Amino acid sequence: MSIEVKNLTRTYGHQKALDNISFSIGQGEIVGFLGPNGAGKSTTMKIATCYLPPTSGSLEVCGMGVTEHPLAVRRQVGYLPEHNPLYLDMYVHEYLGFIGHVHGLRRKVLKENVKRVVEMFGLIKEQNKLIGALSKGYRQRVGLAQALIHDPKVLILDEPTSGLDPNQITEIRNLIRHVSKEKTVLFSTHIMQEVQALCQRVLIIDNGRMVADKTVGQLREVSGVAPHFQSIRVSFKNLVNKEELLQIPGVLEVSQETDGSFLLLASAQHDVREAVFHKAVESQWTLIELTRESHSLEVIFKELTGKGGQDD
Amino acid sequence: MISVFRKEVASFLNSLIAYIVISVFLTGIGLLMWVFPETSILDYGYADMETLFGVAPYVFMFLIPAICMKFFAEEKKSGTMELLFTRPLTDMQIILGKYFAGLFLVIFSLLPTVIYYYSVYELGNPKGNLDSAGIMGSYVGLLLLGSFFTSLGVLASSVTENQIVAFILGAFLCFISYDGIDALASLEAIGPLGHTIERLGVVYHYNALSRGLMDSRDLWYFLSITTATLLLTRLVIGSRRW
Repeated sequence: MSIEVKNLTRTYGHQKALDNISFSIGQGEIVGFLGPNGAGKSTTMKIATCYLPPTSGSLEVCGMGVTEHPLAVRRQVGYLPEHNPLYLDMYVHEYLGFIGHVHGLRRKVLKENVKRVVEMFGLIKEQNKLIGALSKGYRQRVGLAQALIHDPKVLILDEPTSGLDPNQITEIRNLIRHVSKEKTVLFSTHIMQEVQALCQRVLIIDNGRMVADKTVGQLREVSGVAPHFQSIRVSFKNLVNKEELLQIPGVLEVSQETDGSFLLLASAQHDVREAVFHKAVESQWTLIELTRESHSLEVIFKELTGKGGQDD
Repeated sequence: MISVFRKEVASFLNSLIAYIVISVFLTGIGLLMWVFPETSILDYGYADMETLFGVAPYVFMFLIPAICMKFFAEEKKSGTMELLFTRPLTDMQIILGKYFAGLFLVIFSLLPTVIYYYSVYELGNPKGNLDSAGIMGSYVGLLLLGSFFTSLGVLASSVTENQIVAFILGAFLCFISYDGIDALASLEAIGPLGHTIERLGVVYHYNALSRGLMDSRDLWYFLSITTATLLLTRLVIGSRRW
């Protein structure tokens, strides 16, 4: 097992950030760690990288406990902290060299490794620039490159794609997918598509408790047994008022995607498609699309974390 | 530890801080020693370097906290603390790396004043008529004082994420440990205890070394208070775990 967590609890003062969490991640797995803000994702990662000790319970990385062998654990782990902190007054190659040196790489290996990650992350042109002068996307690459400089067995990434534009998100995801071939990856996110795009397995936590530990496929099925919500996509040719759609019985929430296109969140008890159709006829709207979406992970996420029907 | 040391020294030399610190220190000391009539050696008429060793502690009181203020405060503010403290380094290695980088800069700024020794040596009448042993002792004392002030600066930087707070706190700690205890000892209300309190202060041991008398008690004094301060820093840094 690459990461083995048993009954992990962490409290800050009186507040329980993690409450008796257990899971394990096998070698070579790529696992998404999901939860609303403040659920305990970062805390778990900080414990796994020996920044914080657990209050009780244990966490082992490659068979070594974080409290017993903190330095050995840190050698096996590549870590990208949340918000990707960097020394802005250092040059890219200088920074990678520094991190490599801290990890005890010898001169020759260090040089090779810096070259390897610089090439892997497309930083060849940028390596002689100050980190402070780089765009956010490139900084994120530097952050990832830094996490990989010592060729760790386990990669822990805390929100690796937050704050990036869609193109950069795709790039970073591809890079993560690329490195995940040889490594165990645990990454946190609150974007559902990311989980669908990247991994086989999802851990969902909420309020410090583990609410789901399943493969992406399982998650859909399980939730399909007793779904409380369904989402309906509906498009009209003419302009339609969002408020009017909300009046349709059974519709809980309406989000407008484009001018005439809406995503309705409805309770699962009645099929609102019929009602939508009647409403359209009655109001003389031209209906051009009406489909029930297969359960998106978003809906499942909302259900599991008890935030049903609300946007966060 | 070496990598942290190298990084900190490089970041000093790449930024303006090191150059400003060194030039301010040397200009100030140079003016006091050779130009200002009140303190100038040329007007004073005696071939000694009392001016340097009398003024340097006060200059250190401001310069050393200025060097050290960013050590942990900046890392905390920018979040790089987490980056550094999740690498295979113990807390003490990181603290020592930064501490020695600060001390290196202090020594580096003190080195050019050795030229003053040569000047005073040449100016003496007869030539070379000065208390070399005393000056040696004073340098050792100044170095030890510098290393203690550096540890206070590191401590001040570890308690806050605001560099200005770190600077003011550092300067205050240096001042209290240097002058404060001495002043306390001379209070009349303290009475006969004064002498004991005076011995706890930095000035007492600094002056003892300045006389050129290398007493192991003074050396141990400086080594122990510096070590104690660094251990206290480790306690502060480790407090994130509680």
